[in-house]
Amino acid sequence: MTLDLITTHYNYYATVLLLGIGLYTVIESRNLVKKVIGLNIFQTGIFLFFVTLAFRTGGSPPVISEGAGPYVSPLPHVLILTAIVVGVSLTAVALALIVRIYSEYGTLNEDNLERLYHD
Amino acid sequence: MIDHLVVLLVVLPILGAAVPPLASLRYDRVGWAIAAVTTVVHAALAGLLAWSVWTDGVVRYAVGGFAAPYGIELVADGLTVLLVVLIGAVSLGVLAYARHAGPHRNSFYSQFLLLVAGLSGMTVTGDVFNLYVFLEITGLAAYGLVASGRGARSAVAALKYLVVGTIGASLYLLGVGYALAATGTLNMADLSRKLAEVGYDSTLVLTAFGLIVAGLTVKVALFPLHTWQPDAYADSPDSVSAFISALVSTVSAYALARVLFSVFTVDFLEAVPVARWALVGVACVSIVAGSVLAVAQSDVQRMLAYSSVSQFGLVIAGFAVATPLAVVGATVHLVGHAVMKGGLFAVTGIIERETGATTVRGYAGMGGRVPVAAGVFTVLALAMVGVPPAVGFAGKWQIVLGAVNAGVWPVVVVLLASTLLTLAYFARVGERLYFAEPTIAAETTPATDGGESVSTGMIAVVVVAAVLAVGLTAAVPAVEQLLDITVFELITQ
Repeated sequence: MTLDLITTHYNYYATVLLLGIGLYTVIESRNLVKKVIGLNIFQTGIFLFFVTLAFRTGGSPPVISEGAGPYVSPLPHVLILTAIVVGVSLTAVALALIVRIYSEYGTLNEDNLERLYHD
Repeated sequence: MIDHLVVLLVVLPILGAAVPPLASLRYDRVGWAIAAVTTVVHAALAGLLAWSVWTDGVVRYAVGGFAAPYGIELVADGLTVLLVVLIGAVSLGVLAYARHAGPHRNSFYSQFLLLVAGLSGMTVTGDVFNLYVFLEITGLAAYGLVASGRGARSAVAALKYLVVGTIGASLYLLGVGYALAATGTLNMADLSRKLAEVGYDSTLVLTAFGLIVAGLTVKVALFPLHTWQPDAYADSPDSVSAFISALVSTVSAYALARVLFSVFTVDFLEAVPVARWALVGVACVSIVAGSVLAVAQSDVQRMLAYSSVSQFGLVIAGFAVATPLAVVGATVHLVGHAVMKGGLFAVTGIIERETGATTVRGYAGMGGRVPVAAGVFTVLALAMVGVPPAVGFAGKWQIVLGAVNAGVWPVVVVLLASTLLTLAYFARVGERLYFAEPTIAAETTPATDGGESVSTGMIAVVVVAAVLAVGLTAAVPAVEQLLDITVFELITQ
């Protein structure tokens, strides 16, 4: 029974794991770049969750052909394609901001930054 | 053309945003003119849409001709057009302010128009996933605008805003995933029906509600999820802080109301009392904590930022009470707060330019030196406290009445207490302005790059904001009628 739950639901466990690791990295890491990486891991967890939602056992790819079907739901895939694009733009903006912070303060460490900030 | 009004509200600013980067290949400083033309047309479209909703009722638009629930739907009802007109009016005001105050780079105006597009999209969308996309467009443009200040402090503030804002939007997206798993649809009207069929006590539905509301409260900046806000408001250029303080959280609060009433509906709040009480609780804590933190600030702009945390608590409390009276109050306060807070940030920018004063201590004795700006500050501050006949009073009064009628006593108590605290932090500044000895000598005006540091346009904008803060009270019956078009149907069914 337990083994069954693990073997059939491993995608969901992976999602939870990714969300946890991502959020932990964002909160705990002092390095700004690592924070952005954590943000990406967090979002990847969500992407995996959506893609898993679309899956059905024995489903074929959503391309209409004779004798095919039942199909996998195409909607979450499309949504996640959009969400990935959003995620990439966010990462780009975040990295651009980090470049500017580094060239100004010469550090990527949040603690050092905090100290410089209050002088 | 008239049929496509709704979609043009979003498409026009996006197209406009593409022009300044192209133009900067040949010309510098044409960004403002392009933004001005686009914004004027955008405001006109918003007015037209409001008129057509006022006369003919709800407007529904199927994007690309694909009918809902499979296609993407844009919907404009009474509450929507109120926000759309607010977006049009505030962006015009901010542009008039930015003409002189800058930033003057073309790229700035590109981002400005993208923010207008994102905000308009959030208001008119009838689809929860599209709401996520526009939430992120708004977020991306806002992060860029916050970072457009000269100093590196603004970059740090923007990065902080980005990290917290992205977590918020991602939680919202996760909530949408749960709603999709429960119902298989993303259209708001369709969701409200299917969620009821699935059953409000289903774990999927409850999780979806929790995640969506948590995600949006980050964007609204309720306590304790407000940490991005003070830095973002205080460290960005004056035009930007006026713009985002007036609109970004406001439209997020609107999105929260939309999700509450159009997706989960009042029936859900009735069926799951813990959801309503959790929302009321968060709102009440936010009202008190925001006010207390505002009292503790020495920097005027940070004080205003914390004041927003408290005022949005009020708005959300009004929406959570969810009786028609309280919802009218919350909507009036939402719109009124946008005008008042935007005006306050603009006027602190003017005072800083004229005298160099940024702290409560520095404001001492400035009443005589910058009479107009100080007068506007006082009027807006009193309106924010809720002195009749200002719009701040009209909103709070109706929220209190609604809460009394519904028997939600914590909201009544907290609201009255917070009014006193609001008076405390604004009275402190007012007292300094008029009755204290100056701490900044008259000669030390900040260095300006030649010419006037404050233009007539900037003064005009804040004076108009002050006049509106008092005059908008007259529009309350019209707001009631607008909400009558759809929102009350959803509440009282």
